[in-house]
Amino acid sequence: MDLLIVLQAGVASGTVLLFATIGEIFSERSGVLNLGVEGMMLIGAMAAFSTALKTGNPWLGVLVAMLAGGLVSQIHAFISITLQADQVVSGLSVSFLGTGLSLVLGEGLSKAGTVSLLPNFSIPLLSQIPLIGKIFFTNQSIMVYIGYLFFPLCWYFITRTRPGMHLRAVGEFPSAADALGINVYRTRYGYVFVGGMLAGLAGATISLAISPGWFSELTTAGQGWIAVGLVIFAQWDPLRAATGSYIFGALRRLVLDIQGPTMLLGARNPFYYNPYYGFFLQMIPYAFTIIVLILGSREAMRKRIGAPAALGLPYIRGQRGL
Amino acid sequence: MSETTSSQTSQRKRFPYKIQIEPRLKEAPKWYPFALSLGAILLSLLIVAGVISLVGGNPWKTYQHIAKASFGSLGVFSDTMVKAIPLMLIGLACSLAFRMRLWNIGAEGQFYLGAFGASAVVLTPLLPETAPKWVYILYMAIAGMALGAIWGFIPGFLKAKFNVNEIISTLMMNYIAVAWNNYFIYAIWTEGGFQMSKMFPKVAWLPRLTDFASKFKPLAGLTTHLGLVFAVLAAVVIWLILYRSRWGYEIRLIGDNPRAAEYAGISIKRNVVWVMMLSGALAGLAGMSEITGVVHRLQGAISPGYGFTGIIVAWLAKLNPFAVILVAILFGALILAGREIQPSGIPKMVQGIILVSLIASDFFMRYKISIVRRAEEE
Repeated sequence: MDLLIVLQAGVASGTVLLFATIGEIFSERSGVLNLGVEGMMLIGAMAAFSTALKTGNPWLGVLVAMLAGGLVSQIHAFISITLQADQVVSGLSVSFLGTGLSLVLGEGLSKAGTVSLLPNFSIPLLSQIPLIGKIFFTNQSIMVYIGYLFFPLCWYFITRTRPGMHLRAVGEFPSAADALGINVYRTRYGYVFVGGMLAGLAGATISLAISPGWFSELTTAGQGWIAVGLVIFAQWDPLRAATGSYIFGALRRLVLDIQGPTMLLGARNPFYYNPYYGFFLQMIPYAFTIIVLILGSREAMRKRIGAPAALGLPYIRGQRGL
Repeated sequence: MSETTSSQTSQRKRFPYKIQIEPRLKEAPKWYPFALSLGAILLSLLIVAGVISLVGGNPWKTYQHIAKASFGSLGVFSDTMVKAIPLMLIGLACSLAFRMRLWNIGAEGQFYLGAFGASAVVLTPLLPETAPKWVYILYMAIAGMALGAIWGFIPGFLKAKFNVNEIISTLMMNYIAVAWNNYFIYAIWTEGGFQMSKMFPKVAWLPRLTDFASKFKPLAGLTTHLGLVFAVLAAVVIWLILYRSRWGYEIRLIGDNPRAAEYAGISIKRNVVWVMMLSGALAGLAGMSEITGVVHRLQGAISPGYGFTGIIVAWLAKLNPFAVILVAILFGALILAGREIQPSGIPKMVQGIILVSLIASDFFMRYKISIVRRAEEE
């Protein structure tokens, strides 16, 4: 087991979580909790793979995946914004719907053969940097590089630009935002759509780049839910989201690769000699999510920061309250 | 001046009717929620029919097949009930937690742990094979419920102590539960390298209707098992707790208005832990009854998503324990018939669409929609 390779692959696998987590941050910052991430990712992965299979063009697959994720997210937007239903149940139902729909439409895709994938390449110069160059800039998928550019931009957008401030206002104090002339409903619809597109992108990143193919529900294996958990850990901040995503990605890889070598830290590797211990390794990312949530909520309590104040609450114009 | 403008607009040709949406001030009539749920189901069936014909199937034939394969004869109806039993128990588990607005999405994992607990009694073995059947059933039920309760306790405790979001933590516990069971199936209790335990001895099987065929002929071949009695009893108990006890009053008050509950001196944290444990215990009992009543051995894939379907059952039943029993039968039919339907994702999609339209239909509980003549309002 080469630690460098684990980290390199971890960055790639973390990119999936990065897109999904930041998408959910956009949605939640506008005040809409969307638990449908897992379903939208599956829809995205399925749509990307089947489009690439039909047309031979992976970029078209990415585009279709983003549109499909965005469309599914609008079901949640309609139910929770316009019909003012409970966002938890609505999000769950969208997740079920997305999962079911992707299984139906993706029937037979797992045996469909190979497709042309998104390109992998190394960045000249940057890949020459010792260690960092090997981990981050050598033979990575283009989606990984897009991810590097993406999260600082999102951070800048949310914290430093006018539309970003509008977004936060809508999530923190919608009636004040409304009084300022910001269209709360349109803003929320818009950012739920952005969240859906990014979840779709995350799905496409899996099926066309990181672990190519369609394996029905196992394609995402709960990463959508992990992303929702990471948002809480990230305290709705894209920079922290990136840190969390890459750490998680590395952890997922480590869990896979640790069973390889016969010796581990100078001792006999128990995971090599008893492969059944692998089941305990499988638990680690999920257990770690819970631990991260504990740490995140403790820190939030200490620093007195919390979720966007209007998160989960429908906005009804003219009604008292937020 | 203003009069002339208004008369001008009224002279312009406009559609004489418009849709008016206003908040419902009076409580809706009693039949209304049922009609809404029914409407939501019919709408979902229509949507599903659309999707099925889109992917090249015949929706009418599919529905006919579902109806025949699940209600067509006494035998298949009995099989439907077998599928419905875990859904009843999990639907009750979810109803209880949801009533407090506690989102236990982890019934799937609690189900797996319940199955594990029951299997541990047989396979460890904790009881001699000569022990009477009722002792076995009692021990297995207790073990299943205890393990399910532990699996519910963990997220409940984390929620109470650290304010950890229970949706995520219960979901993560699902994945951990599956891996936990797999370890025992593959490594400890494997039978000759197969990914399943040995068959349980007959003494550890829940009695089934067919066991009484020697006394009453028509029961032959019917697989409905004692779990049904568990489920109905559980429904009564949950109803009594929720609507006839002080604890149930606390649960409902927290669900409706947590702040008021806090001011009334009700400990939300303690209730979170207890409700999660009872909810987990019910889901664990579902796992126990499935493993001892149907599968008779511990193996992987013992649940076609019962834990998630149970959420929809609870919601469709409007969290009413007795309605859960009836709704569970419908979904049991869907799961039973769904095994043979192609593409295999259809039952899952149907469930998703039903839940979506169900939640959307709640809008009509809160708002009155009427079509009024434009002239009337002027």
